[in-house]
Amino acid sequence: MSQSSSAPATGSTSPLALSLPVRFRVNGQAVSLDLDPRVSLLDALREHLGLTGTKKGCDHGQCGACTVLVNGVRMNSCLSLAVMHSGDEVTTIEGLGTPDDLHPLQAAFVAHDGYQCGYCTPGQICSAVGMLDELGRGVPSHVTPDLNAARFSREEIRERLSGNICRCAAYPNIIDAVTEVYETEVSGGERP
Amino acid sequence: MRPLTYERAKAPQQASQAVLDTPEAKFIGGGTNLLDLMKLEIERPAHLVDVNRLGLDCIEPHGDGLRVGALVRNTDLAADERIRTEYAVLSRAILSGASGQIRNRATTAGNLLQRTRCPYFYDTNMPCNKRDPGSGCGALEGFSRPLAIIGTSDACIAQHPSDMAVALRVLDAQVEVLGADGQVRALELDDFYRLPGDTPHIETVMQPGDLITGVLLPAPRPGTHVYRKVRDRSSYAFALVSVAAIINGRRSARFAFGGVAPRPWRVEAAEKRWKEGAAAVIDTAFADARPTADNAFKLPLLRRTLDAVLQEAEQARTGERRTGEDQE
Repeated sequence: MSQSSSAPATGSTSPLALSLPVRFRVNGQAVSLDLDPRVSLLDALREHLGLTGTKKGCDHGQCGACTVLVNGVRMNSCLSLAVMHSGDEVTTIEGLGTPDDLHPLQAAFVAHDGYQCGYCTPGQICSAVGMLDELGRGVPSHVTPDLNAARFSREEIRERLSGNICRCAAYPNIIDAVTEVYETEVSGGERP
Repeated sequence: MRPLTYERAKAPQQASQAVLDTPEAKFIGGGTNLLDLMKLEIERPAHLVDVNRLGLDCIEPHGDGLRVGALVRNTDLAADERIRTEYAVLSRAILSGASGQIRNRATTAGNLLQRTRCPYFYDTNMPCNKRDPGSGCGALEGFSRPLAIIGTSDACIAQHPSDMAVALRVLDAQVEVLGADGQVRALELDDFYRLPGDTPHIETVMQPGDLITGVLLPAPRPGTHVYRKVRDRSSYAFALVSVAAIINGRRSARFAFGGVAPRPWRVEAAEKRWKEGAAAVIDTAFADARPTADNAFKLPLLRRTLDAVLQEAEQARTGERRTGEDQE
């Protein structure tokens, strides 16, 4: 790190230039930060914006506790650098609903006891939001029998949420919660 | 993670030049494997060149086939209607890998360049010739159950982790690479990956500054497309063995195997024996296999997996004949 002519993107003359401007929208709010490029999207949300709903579990993409929606698509916020998301729209669990106005999936998780310790729950819910959108767009999964006809089923939920680990094993209740939301909110009452 | 600088590249040629000109620079696309390795200080780039906004995220016609941009996300590739209907083995392979969140972020080029999941590569307390050239191999006398059985060397028995690449191999895909000199070249997938020999840290024929810009798929191949993956749990795990197959009625068959070698493993001479059954194909394709005691089980597992694939294709063929849609 001793060369002096590096740091092309910073506009800074500092040879280290370990701070970069990041401007994005988080839960509908414009946000501007100066961040070390090593800061993950997860740490930017938790440590710099105080949005601690998104959880740090394994920090290696294996548990899904850090799942957020970026431009409407679910991803592991631990496996992305915040500086890569300038211009993006990020939605965390705090942006889905509030205690007084729960997102349908939040309400369903409560109704079906889809959590025990609850640490994995924000990631599970963000992942479920993204998953239902993917299913609605016809994105197939590993268990989809016909690649051209992805349909809702409990087996599909299990496969599509397999990137979210819950050590309390609340899985059956999570499947019930997601199924209820699909039936009432997505399919308009159609039984899977 | 080591301190680093970052830039967002504006054009492919500029990205290539930036990596060539900056010491210890790396491209970053999806980052799902690179950031994982950076946190463990196995990868230690001093500079990152973000290639996410170079416009390389389209799937477009290319001759009789398709050109898949390097930055097409795994989810978008697997879900593309042309891929689902005409290159189903590729859809199936991608969908069998990783999780929904990772597939939404991971890119086509990044998938090709992901590093092995050999546990000794990840454990920085252990020797590994791939991570630290010349340090030795902890796997040879260690826990080698998930590792390669063929194409290995005395320096390295790591396996290639990609499912996507196995499907690309059976499809005869090419990798399109932009060199730092501005020239674009297309490499056969089989020529793209190097076997470990005594330099297992050099995994591809890529030169400094080379940027993968896309993957070229030849014209669609008729027949039954199957990707069958066997793993320790039913989802979100790497393959112990996998088989990518395209079987065209009783006319022809082609197979590539994953989880068993340092690159997707395909032996065309073995495919010619497919009517003799799975054992004949596996015996030929894996005649030079050198498994360890821990992973010798992969040979009978390959045979049974291929047998299941052949049965699945036969059922699909007879089913199609009943509905009058036989492609022969």
